[in-house]
Amino acid sequence: MVVAGTRNALLDARGVQRALQRMAKQIVEFAEGTERLVLVGIHRRGPELTQRLARLIEAEEGVPVPRGTLDITLYRDDVGTIGPRPVVGETHLPENLDAKCVVIVDDVLYTGRTVRAALDELTDFGRPARIGLCALIDRGGRELPIQADIVGKTVRAQPGDRVDVFLQEVDGRDVVELVRGEGGGGK
Amino acid sequence: MKPLLIRGGRVIDPSQGQDAVADLLVVDGRIAGMGQGLGAPDGAEIVDARGKVVAPGLIDLHVHLREPGREDVETVATGARAAAAGGFTAVCAMPNTDPVTDNQAAVGFIVKQAQAAGAARVYPIAAISLAQKGQQLAEFGELVGAGAVAVSDDGNPVVSSHLMRMALAYARAFDIPVADHCEDPALKANGVMHEGLVSTRLGLRGIPAAAEEIMVARNLLLADLTGGHIHLCHMSTRGSVELIRRAKEKGIRVTAEATPHHLTLTDAVCEGYNTNAKMNPPLREAADVAALRAGLKDGTIDAIATDHAPHHYDAKERDFDDAPFGIVGLETALGLGIRELVQRGVLTLPELIDRMSTAPARVFHLPGGTLKPGAPGDVVIFDPEARWRVDPIRFFSKSRNTPFAGQELAGRVVRTFVAGLTVHRGETT
Amino acid sequence: MTERFLGKDLLGLEPLTADQIRFILDTAEPFKEVSERAIKKVPTLRGKTIVNLFFEASTRTRISFEFAEKRLSADTVNVAAAGSSVEKGETLVDTARNLEAMRIDMVVMRHPSSGAAQFLADRIRSNVVNAGDGTHEHPTQGLLDLLTLRDKFGRIEGLKVCICGDILHSRVARSNIWGLLKLGAEVGVCGPASLLPLGIEELGVTVYRRIEDAIEWADALNVLRLQLERMHAGFLPSLREYNRVFGVTVERLEKAPRELVILHPGPMNRGVEIDSRVADGPHSVILEQVTNGVAIRMAVLYLLAGGRPEMAEAAKGRAGEAGE
Repeated sequence: MVVAGTRNALLDARGVQRALQRMAKQIVEFAEGTERLVLVGIHRRGPELTQRLARLIEAEEGVPVPRGTLDITLYRDDVGTIGPRPVVGETHLPENLDAKCVVIVDDVLYTGRTVRAALDELTDFGRPARIGLCALIDRGGRELPIQADIVGKTVRAQPGDRVDVFLQEVDGRDVVELVRGEGGGGK
Repeated sequence: MKPLLIRGGRVIDPSQGQDAVADLLVVDGRIAGMGQGLGAPDGAEIVDARGKVVAPGLIDLHVHLREPGREDVETVATGARAAAAGGFTAVCAMPNTDPVTDNQAAVGFIVKQAQAAGAARVYPIAAISLAQKGQQLAEFGELVGAGAVAVSDDGNPVVSSHLMRMALAYARAFDIPVADHCEDPALKANGVMHEGLVSTRLGLRGIPAAAEEIMVARNLLLADLTGGHIHLCHMSTRGSVELIRRAKEKGIRVTAEATPHHLTLTDAVCEGYNTNAKMNPPLREAADVAALRAGLKDGTIDAIATDHAPHHYDAKERDFDDAPFGIVGLETALGLGIRELVQRGVLTLPELIDRMSTAPARVFHLPGGTLKPGAPGDVVIFDPEARWRVDPIRFFSKSRNTPFAGQELAGRVVRTFVAGLTVHRGETT
Repeated sequence: MTERFLGKDLLGLEPLTADQIRFILDTAEPFKEVSERAIKKVPTLRGKTIVNLFFEASTRTRISFEFAEKRLSADTVNVAAAGSSVEKGETLVDTARNLEAMRIDMVVMRHPSSGAAQFLADRIRSNVVNAGDGTHEHPTQGLLDLLTLRDKFGRIEGLKVCICGDILHSRVARSNIWGLLKLGAEVGVCGPASLLPLGIEELGVTVYRRIEDAIEWADALNVLRLQLERMHAGFLPSLREYNRVFGVTVERLEKAPRELVILHPGPMNRGVEIDSRVADGPHSVILEQVTNGVAIRMAVLYLLAGGRPEMAEAAKGRAGEAGE
């Protein structure tokens, strides 16, 4: 019996750092270098992860990596279900995405709906040669046929559970926690 | 006709300064006596009025019964029935029907319809000018002969000062009042509510108080000039009250009425574009309501008149600009008067009955408004304490346009008698 | 959270709180960027049906709403119902019922009668956006003016804004007055007294009788369009005299102690209420107003379309993840 609200650390500060270092290398391999690489972070924690990954790649490769942020709120398939006070973030992408290798950076991959929306939005901005997906945590539970190309850590979370990602820049600490839902999952 | 004995009620008759528990006897349709322990004549109907008020039937100087022309919203019969339900034993019907009551036959038609209805008495008011066009005088003599009790172009103001002068002068021969809807049409323009802070906020075109007061002042000057009797309909502004007060001090022959709604509501009721708050003259400000109440108390305003103005439900189901002016009032007037004027200490109950019965009878020289022996057996019995909720669905009027729907009023009519006969019996609760 | 933050409809700025107004302005910010994209379209309102119901001729506002709707991928139908004054009341009730029967999602309505938007909103379940009702309010215009001022000054609070011209007949003036006052600006009005509504000071605004005084006081002027028909109704003698006495001219602006920002809701009568050199000059933000109009309308449509609490409730747990 798991008590609801129990927090289990999935990654501590060191773990987050190690995962990002590995992911940075995999991104460069995935994009076959940095020449065509563009990193795009999805709100909310994606942009911060993108900054970190970009800096790691730049330190290694010695070239600047173009990056952008994507707010998929306007591409959600559920406008009727937005809360009473929705916050629309801003989208900023590099000028031209045509023939680029775009890697979407998200913090937690779950149902896949956010990524679906991000793909729709990206294609409205141009025609990348290739789009990849990079997630710090893959918690399973997909509702769409979407898979990550690069993953920091994979966990099997129950539908009622929550995965909280805290980052130094926003939250003052690096940690990823699994929060158990009612009855250890299942609604 | 059976004699009628009303026993044990609080009999209030302002015409005699009477306010005490007494029995009231009506024989052959006329008041036959008032006093303690009156014996019942053979075969008399005996009505127990203990705990109730017995008063001369209410008289309304200003109603629109819509017949002929708009029988879909009211008829003489339904209006007279609604009047009886409201405690009125007589109402004066304005001539702005279609066709206009501007000839003998038209007056006779209303008299005939009222007789057939067998409810409250209906006294026709005839037009001042033919077709109410404000040009040629109607035949006052013939109209009075057929039963008209006053003349008015109500619905339209009398724009021409010359015509008003002639009407006031000419009416003297018949000793009838000339009643005017005081409004300067150019100032009113296409206004739809009182011009003030609320109209500014709602973005609705305003009708300034001056639109009324200019015509009040003119009419007073012309009454002074001619010696005629001017009756000012539905006064709405503090300025009008002040003008009338000064004219009365000066001895000018002026009488005036105010409606229950102008005595109780302000333009704030128009909030939300409530079309049942749209009337002409418009609901004004709190200071105007206070001045009207003070005027009613000190006799500057002689009478309460409802300006009962029925409209079809979908005529009010419109945006504010397009909705017609006016509300129904016969069935809520007494309850409003008791709640707003008596219970709030503006008038005593005998004063309220004076303003709704004795004074209107005096103003238009009508029989009734008194319980003196020989007067018509027009009597209302009401329970001044009974509280009831306004449900327009249950109105006897054909129309439902009231801003008072859902409100709790005080004072409920138990029985209304015209010439000693029951014309309304209230629900027993 | 059982209430929608904005309610079902946008009928005016008077009923809104400062918090609600700021929220709409903030939401408009990201929508500005959508209009800068190569593909100026997001799928947000896909499948939503919006009727633009215009009982009064309008080019600018209708086009602005239509762009906003199309950029949000809504399906739109334009109804231009001229309607005679006698018929329009009946038409409005019947139109409301018919719209309801066609299961549309939103109505954007312009109507010559004050209160018409509320009348409609009270009778249909769909969202109603008031695109101008009589001389009452024009809330999206008020909002876009606020957004433009905020862009320019970085704040609304403490700003001195004077609304110039025919205040009496202006729905733009009323929406601006409410919006500005709620966000803490000081508001002045300036125009001939024959075109100032009774009791306007009681709303909390200062009346300036002379345009020179208004210019000396203000940080920004919102210059209203003077309707040519006011002359015939006897509100003022002539356009020429209006320009001479109340016109916003370069000569008058040159005497201002600070550089003024000039707004105009359009369409302009050049040479009447505003000189061409002012309208086209460096202090005019008139075209920014037009650009912001689309963003504001997108934000309003978006916020009204969403935010249904019962549906948000049902969606909880399905999309409630921090990362999703």
